[in-house]
Amino acid sequence: MWWMPLYRSTIGKKVIMAVTGLIMVGFVVVHMLGNLQAFQGPERINAYSAFLHSTGELLWVARTVLLVAVILHIDAAVQLTRIARAARPLQYAERRPQVSTLASRTMRWGGVVLVAFIVFHILHMTTGTVHPSFAAGDVYHNLVTGLRVWPVAIFYLLAMAALGLHLYHGVWSSARTLGVARPTPHPFHRPVAVVVAVAVAVGFALIPVAVLAGWIR
Amino acid sequence: MEFTLRVWRQAGPAAAGGFVDYPAPDISPDASFLEMLDVINERLSERGDEPIAFSHDCREGICGSCAMMIDGVAHGPVSGAATCQVHMRSFRTGDTLTIEPWRSVAFPVIKDLVTDRAALDRIIQAGGFITAPTGGARDANEILVPKDAADAAMDAASCIGCGACVAACPNGSASLFTAAKLTHLGLLPQGQPERSRRTISMVAQMDREHFGHCTMFGECQEACPKQISIDVIARMNRDYVRALATARPDRTAAAAG
Ligand code: FES
Repeated sequence: MWWMPLYRSTIGKKVIMAVTGLIMVGFVVVHMLGNLQAFQGPERINAYSAFLHSTGELLWVARTVLLVAVILHIDAAVQLTRIARAARPLQYAERRPQVSTLASRTMRWGGVVLVAFIVFHILHMTTGTVHPSFAAGDVYHNLVTGLRVWPVAIFYLLAMAALGLHLYHGVWSSARTLGVARPTPHPFHRPVAVVVAVAVAVGFALIPVAVLAGWIR
Repeated sequence: MEFTLRVWRQAGPAAAGGFVDYPAPDISPDASFLEMLDVINERLSERGDEPIAFSHDCREGICGSCAMMIDGVAHGPVSGAATCQVHMRSFRTGDTLTIEPWRSVAFPVIKDLVTDRAALDRIIQAGGFITAPTGGARDANEILVPKDAADAAMDAASCIGCGACVAACPNGSASLFTAAKLTHLGLLPQGQPERSRRTISMVAQMDREHFGHCTMFGECQEACPKQISIDVIARMNRDYVRALATARPDRTAAAAG
C-alpha cells in the first residue's frame, strides 16, 4: 500500500507529527475556551462539564482520538530523534545557531515537559488522584482548591509557557511539513502561529493566575 | 591581521582526528579565507610540516567545493557567500578561528577538512533522466514557461551542492538540497513526465543515505551560499505525499520481474 513507504520515510513521519499535532492544537483551543467559563462562575463551568460527560460514548471517542494522536506523535518524535542523532555521530566542537528560534530548539525537551504535565494534570483534575480535595462533577471547586496550592500553580504556569513555545514552532512548521504553506519572501513570518500560541498559553494561564490572585475563589 | 587557527587535523578516513592550533600572523585583510589557508599551508610546507587539506576549485562561489565550518557557522560569517567568498576583513584581528569539516554520517572525512559528499550525487542520480527530445535545437519559445515558475526554478537550480544545509542543520538533514533539486525540475514543463517517480526515488535515496529529517529550524536557508528558501522543502513534502498517493504501479518493473 502506498502509505507504507510514506510511513517509513522521514517526511511521512513528519506528516504524522504534523497531523496529530494539529488535532491536539484543535483540542487545546477548545479546552482553553471551555476553561474561561470559570470566570462566569461555578454554575456555568460545572454545567459545561456535566454537558461534556452527558455525551457518553462521544466523550470516549474524543478521548480515544486524542490518546492515539498523542501516542503517534511521541512515537514519530522518538524515531525521528534517533535518526537525527545517528545522522551526526560526531558533534561539532563549536556551533552557533544563526536563525533557529528558541522554540524550535526546545521542541524535544518541551515535549517531555508537556507529557509530564499532561499525566499530572489528568491525575489532578480528571481522576483527582493527586488532588487535595477532589469533588467529582464540581469542576469549579476542584480548580480553585487545586490551584490554590502555589507550587502546583507555578508548575501549571511553566507548563503553559512550554506549551506556548511548542505551539509557536509547531503550528507554523506543521503547515510547512504538510506543504500547505504558500511560498513567501518571509518564510519565518508566522502570524497564525503567534495568535494560536499566545491565545492558548495566556488563556490557560489566566486560571491559575486568577486563583492565586484571589479573583476567583 | 593576526589570528590563531584551531584546525581539525585528521590523517585519513580511519585515523583519529583532533584540533591543532596554528598562529597566523601577517594576514592581509583582503585575503579570502582560502587564500589565508594557502598562506598558512605555504608556511607549514616551508617548515616541512604537512599542509592542511581542504577542498576548493572555482574560488568564486559556483562549484561548492570549499566546505568548512568556521567558528560554528557553515561557510563562515558572511550571508549568501561560500567560504571562498569570505574575506579576512570579516573577522577581528586577534580572533581564534575554529575550523572544522562538515559533520554528517553521510559525509565521511577523507582528510583534515575534506569530506566525501558523494551521497549528494547519489541523490541526484536517483532522480534519473528526463524525457527530452534529442536532435536539432528547438525554437527558444516552443515550450512556454510562466515567468514566475522560471524564476523560482532558477532560484532552486542555483544550488551548488556544497552540503552547507546538511552541515548547518541540527538534524543533519539534506532536505534543502533534495528539495532544491526536485523544485528546479518540478516547476518546469520539461520536468513533468517523470515528476512523481523522481520525487519518490530522490526522497528514498535521501533517507537511505542516513540524513536526518527536517524540523524547520531554518538554519539551512541561512547557511546556503545561494540563499535558497526553505519554501522548497514545503513544496517537496507536498509533492512527495501527492506522488505516493497517486503513483501508478510500475509496469516496466512488473514486466521485467
Ligand atoms: S571554491 Fe568553488 S564555491 Fe568555493
